[in-house]
Amino acid sequence: MKPFTQLTGIVAPMDRANVDTDMIIPKQFLKSIKRSGFGPNLFDELRYLDEGQPGEDCSNRPINPDFPLNFPRYKGASVLLARENFGCGSSREHAPWALEDYGFRCVIAPSYADIFFNNCFKNGVLPIVQDAETVDRLFKEMYATEGYQLSVDLQAQAITTPGGEVLSFEVENFRKHCLLNGLDDIGITLQQAEAIHAYEDKRRQQAPWLFASRS
Amino acid sequence: MTAKTLYDKLWNDHLVAITDEGDALIYIDRHLVHEVTSPQAFEGLRLAGRKPWRIDANLATPDHNVPSDVNERAGGVAGITDPVSQLQVKTLDDNCDEFGIEEFQINDVRQGIVHVVGPEQGATLPGMTVVCGDSHTATHGALGAIAHGIGTSEVEHVLATQCLQQRKMKNMLVKVDGELRPGVTAKDIVLAVIGKIGTAGGTGCAIEFGGSTIRALSIEGRMTICNMAIEAGARIGMVAVDETTINYVKGRPYAPTGGNWDKAIAYWNTLHSDPGAVFDKVVELDANDILPQVTWGTSPEMVASINASVPSPEDFKEPVKRAACERALEYMGLEGGMAIRDIKLDKVFIGSCTNSRIEDLRSAAAVVKGRKIAANIKEALVVPGSGLVKKQAEEEGLDKIFIEAGMLWRQPSCSMCLAMNSDKLGAGEHCASTSNRNFEGRQGFGGRTHLVSPAMAAAAAVAGHFIDVNELLEGAQA
Ligand code: SF4
Repeated sequence: MKPFTQLTGIVAPMDRANVDTDMIIPKQFLKSIKRSGFGPNLFDELRYLDEGQPGEDCSNRPINPDFPLNFPRYKGASVLLARENFGCGSSREHAPWALEDYGFRCVIAPSYADIFFNNCFKNGVLPIVQDAETVDRLFKEMYATEGYQLSVDLQAQAITTPGGEVLSFEVENFRKHCLLNGLDDIGITLQQAEAIHAYEDKRRQQAPWLFASRS
Repeated sequence: MTAKTLYDKLWNDHLVAITDEGDALIYIDRHLVHEVTSPQAFEGLRLAGRKPWRIDANLATPDHNVPSDVNERAGGVAGITDPVSQLQVKTLDDNCDEFGIEEFQINDVRQGIVHVVGPEQGATLPGMTVVCGDSHTATHGALGAIAHGIGTSEVEHVLATQCLQQRKMKNMLVKVDGELRPGVTAKDIVLAVIGKIGTAGGTGCAIEFGGSTIRALSIEGRMTICNMAIEAGARIGMVAVDETTINYVKGRPYAPTGGNWDKAIAYWNTLHSDPGAVFDKVVELDANDILPQVTWGTSPEMVASINASVPSPEDFKEPVKRAACERALEYMGLEGGMAIRDIKLDKVFIGSCTNSRIEDLRSAAAVVKGRKIAANIKEALVVPGSGLVKKQAEEEGLDKIFIEAGMLWRQPSCSMCLAMNSDKLGAGEHCASTSNRNFEGRQGFGGRTHLVSPAMAAAAAVAGHFIDVNELLEGAQA
């Protein structure tokens, strides 16, 4: 997992409530055998005018000119500004995979669906909660300023606006530690590698047949 | 020393670390891999530059997407007609190659449904922790092991660390005592258990199945029971080790030999719940009360005895259950109050990780021997659980019995259990199936599944509707 420390990036809007995981990445893409490469299909039904198929080259598909992510001014965005209950619906981890693959490392919204919120941390995406008024204000500032950027500092738990305003945010200690160090669940378990080796050594004595390769 | 349950013992023996809050790291002895839930896990390893922790703990075989048709099967991976299925099977081959994991490929005689293959090879042993990216992994608990299904991110976690982050579950005992009536099998026992405790009855628990009836069952029968623990809400089902277990394991390709065999037996003989061990929940059944079972609805708990009737919504007091019954009857196209015997069938499926072992095929063959399937049965599939089961059945001439009865003898795979290959039910078709899930659409869009034992499925194939298998067995003896 990529660590998340600091980020300064263009902000793009997803200006509607209850964006579900099927909207983030439609179900036909779940048949894929990969966990990377979902970026071109992020928000597929909103971004394109036709129905996307897995494995298809998206560069020649008709794009929806009214969808903000297709506006030149949001090109290269890495912060997604969203509304309440973002990421509701199924538990598919493909949703944070798609966001991350597209280039979003951080989402700011008033609230999230639980499982999606968890899945973000496991996949190197930082979901930040700000109250609804603050989010509303950020939307207004963003719409008013082309090239609007925010700086996010996870260590300091602070967002800095172009005007110099500093907004603080909450994050659970353990999650912060994992994200700062790029530790996913596997990384966390591997910190106990010595204990695993010690267990294996002990077990090999007690139950050698579990370690004997086939004769 | 306090008395421990089987689950307590196995849990303690696999504990790598535990925090004060009870978050544990558990060591995994055996990881079984199939093509559906593994590709993203392998991809995750690659993206993170990680390697499998212990290659020899993994064993792979494709099953869900593998065609059961002999012609489609003949072409190997390249012959699979559905491109998505083909890609999944090919990806498994490639990943096993790349990481050096042993795999029984599509046309290897050892290939089959992972839950049939593991025990058959002695790759799952008593006292092990066994996991697989499939919810019916509890099957392996029949050998006295902790076995349960895991999700794709856990598959990656096990590959990379040989461990899982877990919390201990509660202990539950399902005790069945007494002698079974004729024609009643392990499948009927587990359906009766689910009918009694419901599909959430075992939630959060590891179920140990015990009692004299369970002890009298073969390992195949115990596997059928543990297989459906998940349908009772429990991720883990298990049976204590006894002589039957040890005799089953002896001489299998991956089983210990020589001095290791003696050490193993000494340990395995301790794998039972101590007298006086305390369970959080106990359920008891009298074997004599169990008749052949048939599910009438869209959840495994919607089950009745062969001589009973389909319930009506009014039979349920709770509004939620009443609504569920109504919805199920509508989907299944059945009337409340009609006799289970009067349910007409279109197809029959004998197979799946619940009931595709040699004993299952023998019991079905004993019923259809010298008979023909009814005219209204459009298709009756018999799909052995592994290449070795198939071979054994053919040596015993069971294939001929099925074929002469008008049934189709297929290649080992999951087949119509979940309709991922081309074996499917059509909309509205009723199927007597030996599999484990009767959810809406499970065996094909609009398909109507009735779960039964292999003997009952065979009897239904002959009669064209459900009947008590004893009516045919008595006839056979006369
Ligand atoms: S036979 Fe059915 S339940 Fe068993 S592993 Fe295959 S698909 Fe799953």
